[in-house]
Amino acid sequence: MHMADALLAPAVAATMYVASGTVTGMSVHKLKKDEDTQKLPAMAVTAALVFAGQMINYTIPGTGSSGHMCGGLMLSALLGPQAGFLSMVVILTIQCLFFADGGLMALGANCWNMAFYGCFVGYYLIWRPIMRSSWFGSLEPRAAARMRIIAASVIGCVVTLQLGAFSVVVETSLSGITELPFGAFCALMQPIHLAIGLVEGLITSAVLVFVFESRPELLQDANCEAKGITGRRSLKTTVIVIAVAAAAAGGVLSLFASPNPDGLEWALFGNSEAGYSENMALDEDNFGIRSGAADAAASVQEKTAFLPDYAFSNSESAAGTTVSGLLGSAIVAGVAVGICVLGGFFRKKNRSA
Amino acid sequence: MERIDHAASELREMDDLVAMASPVHSLHPLAKLITTIAYIFLTVSFGKYDLSGLIVMVLYPVLMFELSGVSVKTCFYKLRVVLPLVCAVGLFNPFFDRAPLLYLGSAAVSGGVVSMVTLMLKGVFCLMASFILVASTSLDAICAALRKLHVPNMLVTLLLLTYRYISVMIDEVSVMTTAYKLRAPGQKGIHCSAWGSFLGQLLLRSMDRAEELYSSMQLRGFCGEFRYADVKPANAKDYVFTLALLLALILCRYYNIAEIFGTIAFGGAA
Repeated sequence: MHMADALLAPAVAATMYVASGTVTGMSVHKLKKDEDTQKLPAMAVTAALVFAGQMINYTIPGTGSSGHMCGGLMLSALLGPQAGFLSMVVILTIQCLFFADGGLMALGANCWNMAFYGCFVGYYLIWRPIMRSSWFGSLEPRAAARMRIIAASVIGCVVTLQLGAFSVVVETSLSGITELPFGAFCALMQPIHLAIGLVEGLITSAVLVFVFESRPELLQDANCEAKGITGRRSLKTTVIVIAVAAAAAGGVLSLFASPNPDGLEWALFGNSEAGYSENMALDEDNFGIRSGAADAAASVQEKTAFLPDYAFSNSESAAGTTVSGLLGSAIVAGVAVGICVLGGFFRKKNRSA
Repeated sequence: MERIDHAASELREMDDLVAMASPVHSLHPLAKLITTIAYIFLTVSFGKYDLSGLIVMVLYPVLMFELSGVSVKTCFYKLRVVLPLVCAVGLFNPFFDRAPLLYLGSAAVSGGVVSMVTLMLKGVFCLMASFILVASTSLDAICAALRKLHVPNMLVTLLLLTYRYISVMIDEVSVMTTAYKLRAPGQKGIHCSAWGSFLGQLLLRSMDRAEELYSSMQLRGFCGEFRYADVKPANAKDYVFTLALLLALILCRYYNIAEIFGTIAFGGAA
């Protein structure tokens, strides 16, 4: 799910950098406030372990194929969401720098898709509610806790991976990179990640159950019973909380998922034929405040737009200048080859000298 | 289990590349970081049909590779990671966008083909640029540059510590997987009965190690920040490099240099 630089428009990449940067800043602030700096070595060692652990192949029984581990939720369960998020950010940075797994400019988007959902959404909306619930209350306490870990890991990995995959689709579509219709792209990405999430959830739960069996104090929220905070929410309340959160998230996300390529703009201006914008007093041309400054800003933006308006109207002029473009490209290629030849020549000279 | 050994050798290879000496290696890390980010930003900002404008961006990575003496082969080996997703997204363009955009002789080239090639070239160029940054700058130096940009200390320290521990962990996991493989011949990966204990054992051991590590760091006077001793202050060469390159990149972005070359060549021919 690591996105390359080429898949994002600068505006989208910058937005995602701001979003992930804000979460990073808040996490650092929270850890500093709690004076959790002694956690640093533990975070580093666990991050390194998760990094190495992601390369282990796990045989999936009965299929002959193999799966890999999911990092975000496991790190949150071991270190807490803030420390887990920072560790994931570091893992993604190293993967990007040294293994070309994800681009330097796409790092913000990758942190959001893989670290934010796994660590924050996975922890606050899934791991903690389930671990503190009275699920499997009929079993003996230890077995119940084990079942809760398995349930939280599997649900957490599946949900956060679905969110991550959906974000990849949204970000790529907003960047105007692919001609693939939004719905088709979703249909391509989501089912694959459902299967991946399921396997990753099972692997994560296996590791966490093992840790719980040997050192329960290492897991966040695992020994709530000892602290007397168990059973605060019943199974019913937890299910309702998760269902409401899912419905809310689905409602917001479906805004983007409309068949129209730009759901938000369509929602605001698109059905003017139906009298919608008249009713809502929205008119695209006169939307917003008109002023000299706004016009000047618009003209500057037009000149410096990093997100060119991808229109076919340019294609005629593009065809007209094709020949000189081709010739120019050949010249550039020639210059590039020239640099290589010159470089080789000077290196040989240095070696013989 | 070869994947993990590959990762270990890739890390070692990068260390070897960083240890080389060249004009690019001697540049200030902040200068390289800024130009690389600017390059990637400007490269991906080209329109999706702007193939002729994009072509000129190849000159920066080619120049940097030649000046640094780093082999481009190592870089292209990493393309196997980048290209699949880019291809998965780009390969559909020719099917959905069939309007002819330009004619080569009598053969029409559709917009989809042009946008696919543009997308792939962007992927390759960006990879080359970030590769040359990492191949010519040590992580310590990059971290020092990040500190200069006021990236939070905790994040930078965590990055350095994690990087140092990754090679240790990769070695441990590699030894464990080899041992497991030898005891389970013909098996593709870790059996599900050992899913938890395999990594769990290592995790518990590592957590203990982290505590010892922190104590030893404190005994040596660690107070939350590393000292980056080997970064020299920026000199005139670094400023000239950064400014000249930024100017050149912006010119390349806003003027279609390839087309201008072409027009001049045509003018000369006529």
